Amino acid sequence: MGITLTEPAAQHIRAYLENRGKGIGLRLGVKTSGCSGMAYVLEFADELNEEDQVFEDHGIKVIVDPKSMIYLDGTELDFGKEGLNEGFQFNNPNVKDACGCGESFTV
Amino acid sequence: MALLQISEPGQSTAPHEHRLAVGIDLGTTNSLVATVRSGTAETLADEQGHHTLPSIVHYLPDGGCKVGHEARSAATEDPQNTIVSVKRMMGRGLDDIRATGHKLPYEFVQTDSAVPRIKTAAGEFSAVEISADILKVLKQRAEASLGGELKGVVITVPAYFDDAQRQSTKDAATLAGLNVMRLLNEPTAAAVAYGLDHGAEGIHVIYDLGGGTFDVSILRLHKGVFEVLATAGDSALGGDDLDKAVVDWIMQQAGIADDVGHHQMRRLMRDANTAKEALTESDSTEITLELDDGTHWQGNLTREQFNELVDPLIKKTLAPCRRTIRDAGITLDEISEVVMVGGSTRVPRVREKVGEFFNTQPLVDIDPDKVVAIGAGIQADILAGNKPDDELLLLDVLPLSLGLETMGGLMEKVINRNTPIPVSRAQDFTTFKDGQTAMAIHVIQGERELIDDNRSLARFELRGIPAMVAGAARIRVTYQVDADGLLSVSAREETSGVESSIQVKPSYGLTDEEITDMLKASMSHAQEDVDARGLREKQVEADRVLEAINSAVAEDGAALLSDAERSVIDAAISKLKQTREGTDSRAIKQAIDELDKATADYAERRMDASINKAMAGHKIEEFEN
Repeated sequence: MGITLTEPAAQHIRAYLENRGKGIGLRLGVKTSGCSGMAYVLEFADELNEEDQVFEDHGIKVIVDPKSMIYLDGTELDFGKEGLNEGFQFNNPNVKDACGCGESFTV
Repeated sequence: MALLQISEPGQSTAPHEHRLAVGIDLGTTNSLVATVRSGTAETLADEQGHHTLPSIVHYLPDGGCKVGHEARSAATEDPQNTIVSVKRMMGRGLDDIRATGHKLPYEFVQTDSAVPRIKTAAGEFSAVEISADILKVLKQRAEASLGGELKGVVITVPAYFDDAQRQSTKDAATLAGLNVMRLLNEPTAAAVAYGLDHGAEGIHVIYDLGGGTFDVSILRLHKGVFEVLATAGDSALGGDDLDKAVVDWIMQQAGIADDVGHHQMRRLMRDANTAKEALTESDSTEITLELDDGTHWQGNLTREQFNELVDPLIKKTLAPCRRTIRDAGITLDEISEVVMVGGSTRVPRVREKVGEFFNTQPLVDIDPDKVVAIGAGIQADILAGNKPDDELLLLDVLPLSLGLETMGGLMEKVINRNTPIPVSRAQDFTTFKDGQTAMAIHVIQGERELIDDNRSLARFELRGIPAMVAGAARIRVTYQVDADGLLSVSAREETSGVESSIQVKPSYGLTDEEITDMLKASMSHAQEDVDARGLREKQVEADRVLEAINSAVAEDGAALLSDAERSVIDAAISKLKQTREGTDSRAIKQAIDELDKATADYAERRMDASINKAMAGHKIEEFEN
């Protein structure tokens, strides 16, 4: 298991990191909040914490803290478009139920 | 399924609480909207992939409207109902609009209101409402692209926009349902787009040659703060003029008469534009056109020939550049970066000449059409709170001095032009007449000495001043200009505490041409103004002397003056009254001196009398200490 990236997601992350000019990779996580309990965290990572797990896919480092890993294991990060809107999507096999918009979820 | 963006470390937002913010470049010809997504600033496209939205609104008989590309074709077919360049009408009165000399095909509604309204098939609309229709389309596009409601926007305005124009822009945004976090000067936005705010302290030039307007601004970055040192420009010079130069060349080469029809002219303009754009990449271009008589003309325009055609126009942009440098009080070698804005700066010759003039390689990496919107988008992202360690306060300057009217119709400047805003300045004034209980405060904008030559912004009154002798009251007038460039004025009588204030929302303001004209006039009329001020000051002094002598004579003239003395004084009074009406300030001064002389004995006697009165019933010893 672990975390994987789709090709379009990897391309966008690479471009964003390059544009930002710094950062060691991408940090994924979950935090408790939102209408269905859990919410995703998607941030640039500037530093690595001791317990962090690091996955590398398409040459990009994906960093996850161990607590979040429980909820994210097996997730594929994708990049998609809906009309004019575009952004990252979590294809997370652990999710049992999500709120209507999919921004928060329960496991 | 929600689509997420990458945040800065620690800045992830809770679901449905994304701080969505955009920057809007509300342009004369085109408008754009930009945002920061996953740390990258970009302009947003519509469904067809267009980033720019032509700032054109076509009003339809069913009450609806079409905006942008859809409206553009209507500009020629249905000009009365198709509003273009509405930005030129923002915050202006009808007289202002007519004075600009732009021929407008619109029918204006006759009203008592100072805000002009255009009659269209869908109803009557003001410039604010028309701008709001453009903003609504950009808002829709932004919300569809970001997948949520906007928290706030930053809208850019030209650095020379006055109070009324800024307020109108804000009003339009409110009407479109947008929360304006800040109005940002266009040159400042361009500097932000290039990240000059993160760089070292320095002085930067923003050279903005758009479709129909030219602006140059000098910014100084000091302790992380942008200050607009000076701005200048030409509101009737742009890429269209470059095209026109090529049209003139084609007409000359092809032997086309000057009285060419409207239709043929439009075709020529289009061909010229194509040729101009082709010469950005290649060294020469073929021009083929069909003449009215059905024959064809073919010509070859080289880069060199083109350069010769446009050189006089480029030279015209360098004069304002020189002026801003002088206004800013800097030298050429103090300039760190030159930022190119506007589609016309794609022309290689423009880059070359501007580079030569400022002796530095201009920055051209960001699309010159998008750079202002991108800067606004970056600023919006910061203001929305998506970047914690990056608090940036952007400063602008006043385009014209603000002051008030003093006795004699003179302008007293409270805040000088080019003062960075926000700013607050106070000045003390006093009463002119004994027992004066009210004071009219007339707020003026401009550089000239006489108020008649400047612009009146507002009037208000301070009432309830306790009766005192002239000159005893202390009235503190405070001028405050906020970060958006909006002015409020308050007046307070210090001894009694009575107060009055006004938020200056003039019904309409100044055009940039007028600002330029006013600045020019203040220089060319400098001597005249000094003379006029001298005269007015003498006239005011004469009035003061006459007022004093009249009230003295009324009080004790009969008791202290003989008939002979009285007639000498009366003669001097009437002489002063007479010269005061003239324009010879030296004669007025002389008449004042003569009246002074004629009343010297009388003044002494009055003094004695008042001392006697004060000492009556007292002993000399009481006064010795």
